[in-house]
Amino acid sequence: MAKSETNTMEEIGISNEYQYGFHDDIKPTFKSRKGLDEEVINQMCDIKDEPDWMREYRLDAYKIFKQKPMTKWGGDLSQLDFDDIYYYVKASDRSERSWDDVPDDIKKTFDRLGIPEAERKFLAGVGAQYDSEVVYHNIVEELDKIGVVFLDTDTAIKEYPDLVKKYFGTIIPSADNQFAALNSAVWSGGSFVYVPPGVKVEYPLQAYFRINSENMGQFERTLIIADEGSQVHYVEGCTAPTFSSESLHSAVVEIVCMKGSRVRYTTIQNWANNVYNLVTKRAFAYEDAQMEWVDGNLGSKLTMKYPSVYMMEPGARGDILSIAFASKGQHQDAGAKVYHCAPHTTSQITSKSISKDGGRSSYRGWVDVAKGAKGCKSHVVCDALILDKDSRSDTYPVIEIGENDTNIEHEARVSKIGEEQLFYLMSRGLSEEEASTMIVNGFIEPLVKELPMEYAVEMNRLIQLQMEGSVG
Amino acid sequence: MSKDLVINDLHISVQGKPIIKGLNLSVKQGEIHALMGPNGSGKSTLANGLMGHPLYEIDSGEVIFSGVDVLELEANERAKLGLFLAFQYPTAIPGVTLANFLRLAVSAVRAKEGNGSDNDGLIPMREFRGELREKMRQLGVDDSFARRYLNDGFSGGEKKRAEILQLAMLEPKIAILDETDSGLDIDAVRIVGESVSQLIGPELGVLIITHYPRLLDYIRPQFVHILLDGNIVESGGWELAQMLEAEGYDPIREKYGIKEEQNGEV
Repeated sequence: MAKSETNTMEEIGISNEYQYGFHDDIKPTFKSRKGLDEEVINQMCDIKDEPDWMREYRLDAYKIFKQKPMTKWGGDLSQLDFDDIYYYVKASDRSERSWDDVPDDIKKTFDRLGIPEAERKFLAGVGAQYDSEVVYHNIVEELDKIGVVFLDTDTAIKEYPDLVKKYFGTIIPSADNQFAALNSAVWSGGSFVYVPPGVKVEYPLQAYFRINSENMGQFERTLIIADEGSQVHYVEGCTAPTFSSESLHSAVVEIVCMKGSRVRYTTIQNWANNVYNLVTKRAFAYEDAQMEWVDGNLGSKLTMKYPSVYMMEPGARGDILSIAFASKGQHQDAGAKVYHCAPHTTSQITSKSISKDGGRSSYRGWVDVAKGAKGCKSHVVCDALILDKDSRSDTYPVIEIGENDTNIEHEARVSKIGEEQLFYLMSRGLSEEEASTMIVNGFIEPLVKELPMEYAVEMNRLIQLQMEGSVG
Repeated sequence: MSKDLVINDLHISVQGKPIIKGLNLSVKQGEIHALMGPNGSGKSTLANGLMGHPLYEIDSGEVIFSGVDVLELEANERAKLGLFLAFQYPTAIPGVTLANFLRLAVSAVRAKEGNGSDNDGLIPMREFRGELREKMRQLGVDDSFARRYLNDGFSGGEKKRAEILQLAMLEPKIAILDETDSGLDIDAVRIVGESVSQLIGPELGVLIITHYPRLLDYIRPQFVHILLDGNIVESGGWELAQMLEAEGYDPIREKYGIKEEQNGEV
């Protein structure tokens, strides 16, 4: 077993060529060596002091991962080298970087996004954990009064072992896909949420407040359990560019919506452009439960993400709203999957994509109605907006219907920013850039209006930044 | 500075086909002109060409507005100088509320004049809201209009009223109304006509482009011009409009030896 040691950033794989690659004085207290094998996993379990069941779970998942062939569908993963990745880096509790060391252009971006001071310090890797820990502590105290658990998953395994063990990996088993297997083997961080029966959490739970030493992990593992009749809205990510040292991010999010519960999970992600973001997100919705995914993807080199809802019992409902913005050098392969496993279940998928400067966005969707699942309804709407002739948009819908008594609708539209729309807005005094930005903001309005206020404001500003210099 | 619109020997083509053929016209602030013509005479081509639509090719001539030739300017620069076009077919912009759009437009147009603005270059929200509410009341437009998506799902009459509301907010020096009465029933024409007539004053010059004289019952022009085959063939006063009302375009066509266009409006 390796002992804790201190390394330079170069040794742990942070390249100076990286877009936001300013030097960083975070001192990891432990890093595994490059690549993955059983020894690396065992080291990780030792350091985390995990129970045996989790060690076995990880090692099993690793075996499955080794057997899985490289994923061939979706985006181009040929440049992804699993042997060239550090799978576990434990940072020290306190960063030694100061706000003054953060480059001006990064600060400027934060300014323009209107990000609160505490959050921007955190995003820049400045030692803001203290601030967020205070906020988090207050929130946890409030939640504790109504029996809600909101922890990072590592802590939850120790504090709520039975609850975690009962559901962990039941929604997304290790064998589900290559990246679910990888995450199951090497996961760290992520959120654990439990909402007791009948409890309605009045304000969104934000992952940002939860973050402590295991911040912004590469392989986050989130598990949310909404007990009968409960309600919760969970928000992860942020619209600021996320400065990541590693190029592979592969999270797993599992959600259990018990009878009559309602869960909304909102993600806005804006990874830096070197990142492969390969995420598996799935919810099981039981009788009369309602699951809503609101998913916005702006950054990354390649995103493959298809939030899904399995409607397990009658009356369940799944709503998925997905927005992708693909700019230069980016491929957003996003979409949604719904499985009607029981009669009288309802789903709605709304997908919107924007492609610009040669970016590519794909909608990949799956609607499945099981045999005997009578009276199901599903409505799918895909809108793609292409801003220039170099950009691309594709749609890959699959519809599998095992039951005649169903009502499935699929609409797909591809549009270009119309010359008439541009001229109309410009004739009122708007520049071409202002006009295009306004059209794009209007296009994503259905997502933005579902966001908490501060995220909506950031989202609109971010679109504005993305659109800058895109015209003329 | 004079904000007159002066068109000299203007030639405009659409997809290589000459439509406007050496047109001359001058509209001063405070004047109301009606440009009347049958289908295919080039009415909409002139309107779009004056505003700077990229699909309309200017072959030659000049359009002087505020003392500059605007033909080299983008549409937004023309708008900032005080030129306005009320569209025949206003385009829908889904997801963008009329209020948000107008705030940006009004801010853009007024920025030139160095009016007060906050950090974003936008006029302050309270000031804008107050002004919008006042203009909407004046024009008898329902408050809910401001929160609706721009022209999205608007009826024909609503679209035209939204155009007039924009005219009122942007306070141009010269406004071109392109077939503002088309597609409206008699009541809607009256409402739109009365709205426009409220905005008329010494600061605003209006060029009403129309096929039918009915809008002119509400906005009486001092000058009437007849457009035929890309050129103004006759100019006069109210009596010209009355003549067209009584006899239609046939006698004029006959007089100038122009056949009726069958391929619709351009």
